[in-house]
Amino acid sequence: MSHLQAGHYQYDEIDRRFLTERVEQFRRQVERRIAGELSEAEFRPIRLMNGLYLQLHAYMLRVAVPYGVLSSAQLRQLASIGRQYDRGYGHFTTRQNLQFNWIKLVDVPAILNDLAKVDMHAIQTSGNCIRNVTTDQFAGAAADEVVDPRVYAEIIRQWSTLHPEFTFLPRKFKIAITGATTDRAAIAIHDVGIRARALGQGAVGFDIFVGGGLGRSPFLAKSLRAELPQADLLAYLEAILRIYNQYGRRDNIYKARIKILVHEVGIDALREQIDAEFERIRGPKYRLDPEIVESIRAHFASPPFEDLPAKSPAFEAALARDAVFARWAEINTVAHRQAGYAAVTISLKPPGGIPGDATSDQMDAVADLAERFSFGELRVTHEQNLVLAHVRRDDLRALWQELGKHGLDTANAGLIGDIIACPGLDYCALASARSISLAQQISARFADPEQQHLIGELKIKMSGCINACGHHHVGHIGVLGVDKHGVETYQITVGGSAADDAVLGAVVGPAVGYDEVVAKIGRLVDAYLELRAPGERFVDTVARLGVKAFREKAYGTAA
Amino acid sequence: MARPADGLKVVSANRLDSGAVVWLAADDQWQHHIAVASVFEGATAEAALERAKASAATGVVVDPSLIDVTLENGAPRAVRPRERIRSLGPSVRADLGVQAGRRQ
Ligand code: SF4
Repeated sequence: MSHLQAGHYQYDEIDRRFLTERVEQFRRQVERRIAGELSEAEFRPIRLMNGLYLQLHAYMLRVAVPYGVLSSAQLRQLASIGRQYDRGYGHFTTRQNLQFNWIKLVDVPAILNDLAKVDMHAIQTSGNCIRNVTTDQFAGAAADEVVDPRVYAEIIRQWSTLHPEFTFLPRKFKIAITGATTDRAAIAIHDVGIRARALGQGAVGFDIFVGGGLGRSPFLAKSLRAELPQADLLAYLEAILRIYNQYGRRDNIYKARIKILVHEVGIDALREQIDAEFERIRGPKYRLDPEIVESIRAHFASPPFEDLPAKSPAFEAALARDAVFARWAEINTVAHRQAGYAAVTISLKPPGGIPGDATSDQMDAVADLAERFSFGELRVTHEQNLVLAHVRRDDLRALWQELGKHGLDTANAGLIGDIIACPGLDYCALASARSISLAQQISARFADPEQQHLIGELKIKMSGCINACGHHHVGHIGVLGVDKHGVETYQITVGGSAADDAVLGAVVGPAVGYDEVVAKIGRLVDAYLELRAPGERFVDTVARLGVKAFREKAYGTAA
Repeated sequence: MARPADGLKVVSANRLDSGAVVWLAADDQWQHHIAVASVFEGATAEAALERAKASAATGVVVDPSLIDVTLENGAPRAVRPRERIRSLGPSVRADLGVQAGRRQ
C-alpha cells in the first residue's frame, strides 16, 4: 500500500486477507447477536476479543497501535472514524493504543473494515492474551539508543498474534521492550520487560525481567535472565508463557497475573522451571533466524535523512529571538542520533485539557505535519502524548508554529502539567472515582510556564480505580481514586518512578475527598520547593528525605 | 440474586444496538432520561428488575440493574456518582451525553 514506508512494518497479502475475514466473521456475529441468536453471555467474550467493551455511556472500541507506531494515513483513518462514528475525538492510552468512547455496536463491523483498510485492527486489545507490545517512543531516533527495539517488538507481535497456545492465558499479559540506555518504556512494571543490549561484535542480547505489574498488588519486575542471545528470544518467551500458562492462578482473578506466581513461587524456583522448559524446546523450531531479524530490520531502516551539520543556524537564531519557542524546544524535544535532527513530543496535555484526548481535526493536523516534517510516521507514547521522531532542527520553529494553530504546542513534556490520567469515572465502567477532572484542575493550576519550569520534572499519574491503568503507583505523585461508601476518595502516594530508578510510591497521608486533592498536591509541591537541594527533582527529594518530611508539610505533623 | 431492595430504585440498562444508557419508564418503555424513570420500592423494584431482565433476554438492552435514587422535585436522581455520571454524560464534556440534549 502506498501509505506505508520506512519505519513501518508492512502487512503482506496473508495479513490483509486474515483481517478481512476476521471483520466479516465479526459482522456475522454482531448480526446474530442483534437477531437474538447469541445471548450477551455468549457474545461478550467475542466482542472483547475484538476490543469492544461496554462502558458507562456506550461501547468503547480499543484500537491496537502496535508499539505505538502510526503512519499518517493510519492516523487520518482514525480521525475519520472519530468523526463518522464517534464524537469527533479519541483517547490515547498508557498502552500506546487509541480508544473511541461513543461507539454503536451496529457500526463496529464498518469501523473494523475501515481500520483493516489501513492495516489496523482491535484484536488482542482485551482478554487474557498477550496484549500490544509497548516500547520507547523515540525508537530509531534517540541519541542514547543502542538497539532499535521496534525490530524485536515486531517479531514479538508476529509471534504473539493469534498464538494458539496463548489465547486463553490465566490473565492478560503485557510485554515492553527498550533498546536505549534510558528506559522510557517502563519495563519494570510489565509482566515481561526486555532490555535489548549490544553484546559486542554486532551481537544483540536481551536482559529479561519478569513479574512487574501494578493493580491491586503492585510489583516491580525481577531479573530473570541476562544476556539472552538474539536467537533464543522467542524460545525463551515461549518458555516463560508456557510455565505461566501451566502454573498461573486460574482459580483467583486477583492472583492470576504472573507477578503473583513470581511472588508465591520465588524468582529462583520459577527460573528453574522456565530454564528447564527453555532447554527442552530450544531448537530449530523456535530459533530466531538472523535472516528473519534482518528482513524485519529492513522495515525499520532509517528514513532518508539529509546530511546536516549538528548545529542549525536557523534554529539557533529562532531560539535567540523567541523565548516562548525556546522554552518549547528545550522541554519538548530530545537529542537525535542523526546530526541536525530532533525528536519532538507533541503534548496532548494543554492546561485544563483532558490528558490523551485528541480531536479528529487535531489528528488530521498531526498526520499532515508528520508527512511534512517527519517522513509520514509518528508515535503514541505511554504517557499519552504523540511524537514526531525525525524532525530537522531547521524545521522546528515552523513545526511549532503549525502545532500552535491546533492547540498542540504546550511546552510541558515531563513537567507537572504532563499528567497521565485514565478515563476514570467519566467513562469507565470499572471506575471508583473521577480522574480526568482532577488532572484538568492540576494542569490549570500549574499552567504558568515559569512555575512549571521552576518545579522541573514531576510526573503525576492518576487512576480512577485499583486497576491502575494510570500507573499511579509509579507516579512521582500518584493519585488513586477509591469509592468510600459511595463517596469519591483519593489516596495520594509520593516517590514512585517507572524509569531506570523504578520504585513504587509510598502513601503520604490519609485519603482525602475530591475537593481536597488539588490543594494537597499544591502543598506537596510547596514542600518540595522548600526542601529540595540544588539539582534535585521532586522524586530525588522524596528519596533523600523520605515520605515523612512530605507528610509533615502537606498534612501537618499530627497526620 | 439481586440484592435486597431498600429505599427508592429505578432500573437502568444499556441499549444493545447503541450502548446508550436507558431507564425503565412508564409502560416498561426504555427512555434516555432518568427524570422520567419509574421509581420503585421494595418488592416492586425486584419485580421491575425481573421484567427488565426479560427485556434483556429479547435483545433490546443489556446489563439491567437497580439503581439507588432520591427524589428531587418529584423526579428521580441517582445517589451514587457513577450513576449520576451515567445519567448525564461525562462530567468533563458538558457538550456530550444526555446533559447536552443528546440521546447518547
Ligand atoms: S484504572 Fe480503573 S477507572 Fe481507570 S481506566 Fe483502568 S479500570 Fe478504568
